[in-house]
Amino acid sequence: MGTDKSDRGAAKTEKTLLQVTGLKQHFRVAGERAPLKAVDGVSMYIQKGETFGLVGESGCGKSTIGRTILRLYEPTDGVIEYDGVDITHVNMKPYRKRMQIVFQDPYSSLNPRMTVGDIVGEPLDINKTYRSKKERYDVIADRLNLVGLNTEHMNRYPHEFSGGQRQRISIARALALNPEFIVCDEPISALDVSIQAQVINKFIELRQDLGLTYLFIAHDLAVVRYISNRIGVMYLGRLVESAGADELFTHPAHPYTQALLSVIPIPDPKMNTRPDRIILEGEVPSPISPPSGCYFRTRCRYATPLCAEQTPVMQEIGAGHWAACHGLNGTA
Amino acid sequence: MSADALDGRDHLLNIQNLHISFFTPAGEVKAVNGVSYTLRKGEVLGIVGESGSGKSVSVTALMKLLAYPGRVVDGSIWFDGKDILVQPSREMQKIRGKDISMIFQDPMTSLNPVYTIGNQLIETIRRHSAMSNSAARQRGIEMLSLVGINNPARRMRQYPHALSGGMRQRVMIAMALSCSPKLLIADEPTTSLDVTIQAQILALMKKMRQETGTAIMLITHDLGIVTELCDRVMIMYAGKIVESGSVEDIYYRTSHPYTKGLLDCLPQNSEERAPLRPIEGNPVDLLDLPKGCGFASRCDKCMKICLRETPPDFLVGDGHVSSCWLHTVQNGQDGRGNHHGNG
Repeated sequence: MGTDKSDRGAAKTEKTLLQVTGLKQHFRVAGERAPLKAVDGVSMYIQKGETFGLVGESGCGKSTIGRTILRLYEPTDGVIEYDGVDITHVNMKPYRKRMQIVFQDPYSSLNPRMTVGDIVGEPLDINKTYRSKKERYDVIADRLNLVGLNTEHMNRYPHEFSGGQRQRISIARALALNPEFIVCDEPISALDVSIQAQVINKFIELRQDLGLTYLFIAHDLAVVRYISNRIGVMYLGRLVESAGADELFTHPAHPYTQALLSVIPIPDPKMNTRPDRIILEGEVPSPISPPSGCYFRTRCRYATPLCAEQTPVMQEIGAGHWAACHGLNGTA
Repeated sequence: MSADALDGRDHLLNIQNLHISFFTPAGEVKAVNGVSYTLRKGEVLGIVGESGSGKSVSVTALMKLLAYPGRVVDGSIWFDGKDILVQPSREMQKIRGKDISMIFQDPMTSLNPVYTIGNQLIETIRRHSAMSNSAARQRGIEMLSLVGINNPARRMRQYPHALSGGMRQRVMIAMALSCSPKLLIADEPTTSLDVTIQAQILALMKKMRQETGTAIMLITHDLGIVTELCDRVMIMYAGKIVESGSVEDIYYRTSHPYTKGLLDCLPQNSEERAPLRPIEGNPVDLLDLPKGCGFASRCDKCMKICLRETPPDFLVGDGHVSSCWLHTVQNGQDGRGNHHGNG
């Protein structure tokens, strides 16, 4: 995918908070001549107040996108614009306050030797946002309250909390500096089902109360549908389809999205024996030596010779519904 | 108990009143607290529960693989006419891998990285049969192609690291089924796999079940997977079975508040965005189990009796059992003493 206008996902609007164009993130791998193309030309946008869900299987680059957007990795190519400013190469210090992240594993993302108060207070210390100890205390207390914890918890250590509570602490830390945008990188995958719902509700409540914008990365498709306004589907470092959450689930256009949605196990016995189930053969190819043309063609039941020759570009097939597949033009 | 076990002749497995505790420096962790159930030949039973519900520990005991400081405190386990708990370890070695085999959650760590796939497959087969090395190799290759691995002869020579997660899980299944076990225990077999690979593995397990008639115990936290594969389901909480029944019973005629809670907190795959109803609170502390019902502190229908007395099992439908005091209130029924068996 190039950076021409046709694959930008959509035109930039007033309300766009984040716009990524032709983003590439390649990593060097020891012993390999070719780089590992974790993200290979992704264009997308996120509007203010919106939750953009990013789904895909492990190794498809969804977490890498989240981290590259925050410039935790330096992008190989492409442009990241935040609130109208190109931040691809700028000093991130002023933006760190505005863009935060919640990681997947609440066990390893909290320092076991720091108290909860210090964990939530550390962003404040680094950015020197308070004038008195009292002010610092008040902010920490406020953030803990927001996530359903209280001041008694401030002097405790992470190991004293359950997984769900730890994830709340991570969220409180992310909220410490009043950010506008949070990358949620599989924030509920490590939690038990009954606890997942608590944390999802908390994310939704905070979005409403604080006007937050989320990039919500997850592999649980039902959860992503539930929380997101729009969803992007990734395969092997590329975005293959993006659309409004319900549109994507009711009218998936890309063969990969169709297969992915068809195999979600559903608890309802009547719904479970779906005749349209598509079980993909084989596995995701290596991102070090991906196939030519369309990356999905090796597992696609509609693949034609054209798919091996040309990389399909994103095209708008309905209002706000974009997909990259030769089959959409009747050429495959 | 022995008469009980012999009673159900088609029962492959009969577990009665199983109690398992871990004696840790912090105290006695009561992981399993009085679990009774049976399994028929060829049946597929799903065990659902969250972490710490005792679902894995109870099957570990059945393999007699419970590690120190864990111990079976009370109860009996009868498998195929044998009292598992009194079997000497030499006998257990014959049962494990032959009559009962197991697939673990993490295919990355359950194969030995320093031996080839073939080596590990052949070892399992020869351990339990009088086959020659070359016959066992042949059997291994057959098993690998049965589970859908291309070029099995070449794969036999490879080491685990050369295979992807999905492939390794296929190897595990091939290994588990290589001695035609009577019971296959699958402990979260797809949890660490991607959705599309999970679909492949579930389809494979279904096919294997049809072709070999092996009974399967599937441990999972995902109700969707249970529906896909199982005949019967047991829901566990705090080391107890709180509800058991057919997949339809559990989904359409949900009886126990915990099962209801579990189903309610899943986002429906639909356009509705009704708020999720999480189960409030945190899982119980197994070091300090509350008196009465283990779920009482998180239950929105908790009554006085729930805090005082452990609820008995109530038969709420044909083969559908739920352990909750609500059932006395609802229909004045006294179904005490029913076990989560096949009825």
